[in-house]
Amino acid sequence: MSVLTTNYLTPTGREEAWRFTPLKRLRGLHDGTAVQSDRESLITKGALPSGVTFIRENLEPLSASDDVIIERVRGSASSVAHLAIAANTELTEPIFLGRSAGGMDTAEFSRVRISLGTHAVATVIVENTTDTVLAEDLEIYLAPGSNLKFVTLQEFESKSVYTARHHAIVDKDAIFKSITVTVGGDVVRILPTVAFKAPGASADLLGVYFATAGQFFEHRNHIDHAVPHAKSNVNYKGALAGQDAHTVWIGDVLIRAAAEGTDTYELNRNLLLSDGARADSVPNLEIETGEIVGAGHASTTGRFDDEQLFYLMSRGIAMADARRLVVRGFFNEIVSEIGNEEIQHRIMDRIDNELEKAGHNV
Amino acid sequence: MSTLEIRNLQVSVNTDDGMVEILKGVDLTIKSGETHAIMGPNGSGKSTLAYSIAGHPKYTITGGTVTLDGADVLEMSVDERAKAGLFLAMQYPVEVPGVSVSNFLRTAATALRGEAPKLRTWVGEVKSAMEALNMDPAFATRNVNEGFSGGEKKRHEIMQLELLKPKMAILDETDSGLDVDALRIVSEGVNRAKNANNLGVILITHYTRILRYIKPDFVHVFANGRIVEQGGPELAEKLEANGYADYVSK
Ligand SMILES: Nc1ncnc2c1ncn2[C@@H]1O[C@H](COP(=O)(O)OP(=O)(O)OP(=O)(O)O)[C@@H](O)[C@H]1O
Ligand SMILES: [Mg+2]
Repeated sequence: MSVLTTNYLTPTGREEAWRFTPLKRLRGLHDGTAVQSDRESLITKGALPSGVTFIRENLEPLSASDDVIIERVRGSASSVAHLAIAANTELTEPIFLGRSAGGMDTAEFSRVRISLGTHAVATVIVENTTDTVLAEDLEIYLAPGSNLKFVTLQEFESKSVYTARHHAIVDKDAIFKSITVTVGGDVVRILPTVAFKAPGASADLLGVYFATAGQFFEHRNHIDHAVPHAKSNVNYKGALAGQDAHTVWIGDVLIRAAAEGTDTYELNRNLLLSDGARADSVPNLEIETGEIVGAGHASTTGRFDDEQLFYLMSRGIAMADARRLVVRGFFNEIVSEIGNEEIQHRIMDRIDNELEKAGHNV
Repeated sequence: MSTLEIRNLQVSVNTDDGMVEILKGVDLTIKSGETHAIMGPNGSGKSTLAYSIAGHPKYTITGGTVTLDGADVLEMSVDERAKAGLFLAMQYPVEVPGVSVSNFLRTAATALRGEAPKLRTWVGEVKSAMEALNMDPAFATRNVNEGFSGGEKKRHEIMQLELLKPKMAILDETDSGLDVDALRIVSEGVNRAKNANNLGVILITHYTRILRYIKPDFVHVFANGRIVEQGGPELAEKLEANGYADYVSK
């Protein structure tokens, strides 16, 4: 992937995939004007257990992508940071990856691979902090019978621009679960996508996001049911507070003709905590076979439930505390799935802080 | 000794067809230790009275006053009313997703007591409050009212009544949806709260059944947005026998 001669098509904003994204704020990631840095910021935290390696190597992409920024990343990144979990390795503790080296003047183009051998079991947590301009092509392969919980935490500082594709290829009887948390950054655009490779595979894509004044967070799920008897579930929850807070959730599920016995459901719920914020939510189910177990979607966008606030306040709880409880409760369903108390507290505290910052507008 | 005074209370709700007057001048005085039963036909405004006293934003007060020991209740925010000592056990308790009962109770107790209850004693306090109402301790980790059966929601309301120790409680059809055993258990909870805190009670009900457990000092007949008759416990028996025809046709 060192051929750099391609004339990438710079998006104009009229394309379906780019119609919500504020291209002007992407710091040149989409049009080639970003200056590439030599940062390779992704590192592991702590020693790796046996059966796990993390090395940089040259690897061909596992999947095609029609995302122009991903194409640019593939044309620019010199190597792939590869976390490999060997077959039959069953990890009880999570592996932590993180990025804390950043910079706003240059852009990092990063390729990442996470691969699980057959019957490997692991939790991988990626912690993204700092102010950075980062475009990331992250591919995951789950070999037959493996099981991965993949947690990404976008806890960026306020200027960060992050665009990424997190693509999981899920093989026979493998179980993939992702939890995508986006609570920081100026522009965050993530494509959490899944392709099933063989029957019996399942994917659970969970996410939470909280955008405050001026922030733009976009999550585009795409699940490709190309094989029979795979199961997918999507549940993304977002809250918005403050002028021009803007979130986008797209849930594309494609059930191809061959995908008999598919079972899929996707849900997106948004909580609008103030005026001047905008939540776009577009579920999109394409079904090419009727021989399925189930396929459904739901999308709701609403404000604070007056009845809930009244109930809490009627027990003496002040308005601000009642709102905090309701927002925490709203996110808790998904945050609690992370399964790590320290991180869960940190994320909930961050959400409290964001809510407080937005305070007087709420 | 506390007094809740409701004077000529007039309340409207905003509907698609404009403001509709529901309460047309309610007068009622409740003192500590007294139990006032309110009975009346569906839609007569009983819950409206309860919610208006508690401060539900849906209702607009168009006239009259509500005071607790002279303090203007209608000027208070919803949480201030609770802090002043008012409690509403709701006809339809609200589900709050993702908020555990134990977190909710602790937050409420902290707000009402002005400081967080000591963890050591608090856990025991909640446990015994739940046991007293025959609630499985597992309810503490469940989300507030979420998936509770109708009767479980009502028990949860009365458990809060015992735990939060208000001065005045309005019980809006707490007896509806309770089986015979639960009715007794819940009534005992109310009586414990009455005895422990000299609680004043407004008990809204459709049935005399609960009045056998919680003895009212006064019975008020509510019809068409106002109190149309008052009496002692014998009035309840009369209503059960004759219905509200006399009052509604007037
Ligand atoms: N938003 C609204 N629009 C129109 N009418 C309303 C609205 N809210 C309340 N009402 C009316 O107010 C009246 C009083 O209702 P309320 O709930 O207080 O009655 P209630 O005496 O508690 O009845 P029940 O015994 O059935 O509980 C009812 O006729 C009801 O339909
Ligand atoms: Mg009612």
